[in-house]
Amino acid sequence: MATARFWRENPSRYNLKAVRCNNCGRVFFPPRGVCSVCHRKSIGKMECLNLKGEGEVFSFTVVHEAPSQFEILKPYMVVMVKMDEGVMLTSQLINSDPKDVKIGMRVKATLRRLGEDGPSGVIYYGYKFRPIEG
Amino acid sequence: MEVGIVSYGAYVPRYRITPQEIGRVWGSDGEAMSKSLLINSKSVPAPDEDVITISTEAARNMMRRVPEVDPKDIGALYVGSESHPYAVKPSGTIVAEAIGCSPNMTVADYEFACKAGTAAIQTCMGLVGSCMVKYGVAIGADTSQGAPGDPLEYSASAGGASFLIGSKDIIAVINHTSSFTTDTPDFWRREGQDYPSHGGRFTGEPAYFKHVTSAAKLVLKRTNSAPADYQYAVFHQPNGKFPQRVAKMLGFTDKQIEVGLLTPQIGNTYSGAVPLGLSAILDVAQPGERVFVVAYGSGAGADGFDITITDNITRFNRSAAPLVSHYIEDKKVIDYATYAKFRGKIRVKEEVA
Ligand SMILES: [Zn+2]
Repeated sequence: MATARFWRENPSRYNLKAVRCNNCGRVFFPPRGVCSVCHRKSIGKMECLNLKGEGEVFSFTVVHEAPSQFEILKPYMVVMVKMDEGVMLTSQLINSDPKDVKIGMRVKATLRRLGEDGPSGVIYYGYKFRPIEG
Repeated sequence: MEVGIVSYGAYVPRYRITPQEIGRVWGSDGEAMSKSLLINSKSVPAPDEDVITISTEAARNMMRRVPEVDPKDIGALYVGSESHPYAVKPSGTIVAEAIGCSPNMTVADYEFACKAGTAAIQTCMGLVGSCMVKYGVAIGADTSQGAPGDPLEYSASAGGASFLIGSKDIIAVINHTSSFTTDTPDFWRREGQDYPSHGGRFTGEPAYFKHVTSAAKLVLKRTNSAPADYQYAVFHQPNGKFPQRVAKMLGFTDKQIEVGLLTPQIGNTYSGAVPLGLSAILDVAQPGERVFVVAYGSGAGADGFDITITDNITRFNRSAAPLVSHYIEDKKVIDYATYAKFRGKIRVKEEVA
């Protein structure tokens, strides 16, 4: 991972910073400058918002053969989550066993370590999902 | 000006290991260790958790309880820990970003063994009391490790809590704080070393007990109070036994320390220990009740606090974030092999990307 590129995306990775097109109401994550549907009509109408962090599992998979960075976590789950704002996010699901995961399950984003550039490099933090407690 | 706690939030990782399981691996009597330390299990962080993620979780829980507080009104944030993920690069910068209070503010990481979190509370009290900031955030969190087979391995655990210190809508007034500090080599870790060292018998009488009782007596004297004036007391808890003994020495009862004594369930969370114990008390305390607090940090020093719960606690939305009891109960017990893998005690081959 490149430090500078990752750093620029921190507001989205830490706080789920997204944008809404006020022409059509669609939400985009990560943020983009122009709406992919409205194009020119969205210029000047893209508004920043932080996603609330909650949504439901749209699809999931269990990873048994992991890249070396994630070796220690396996088996782990990767979920596609339909956020309450309508946008789709993909990340790991934590605090859950593969047998307990269900499509439609409510989940919430939380901050975890995503990886690091080796033992002397930068540590990367970002969102992962966990089941909503209670 | 009255200064105190406006909100608070706690977090404890959900994995647990028992002294019996640790003893089984090292050929030691884990059952006897469990009894002598009064620890039934200790918390273990997941491989993707560290002081920064634990602090963020606690600070977000704190902010959830006061949605009316604008994060931009937070002028200072301090993270107290002895296990910051970076030797150089403050944990607090990432936590501040994650709760949306940067950039027009000051941040620093604190370090004073297990009392860095309460030192952060004292700093925030000064900044708020002198009107330098509207709100200050004080966090105590750790993911401490003992060397494999070392007695510390039975207790060293992970967790943390965060406090929003301010002067308006206070749920708990901090009436007074006093500290007692000396140069005592009871416990240390040199730069670059993975595990701490301890001065054996130095760790009891001349360190923990002397400093905790000295700070406690200062607070009682300066506030003209007696142990019976308090409904709750929380002392630093490197194991379950020390706080019981120090409470008795000072004239506090087992009942007064019961709510804030978490080490038997989650182990010694170091900088998180007193902050978590205090959070457990704030989870249940009622208006007018008084709380006596003494944190201890090796090296050595103790911070004492005299706190009174205000009427605002009845309007305060505790249930907007999980109570400490939720984190105590939501647990998954793991074996030593999983624990060793999680805590990096097994070296995996590094692949160059
Ligand atoms: Zn649009």
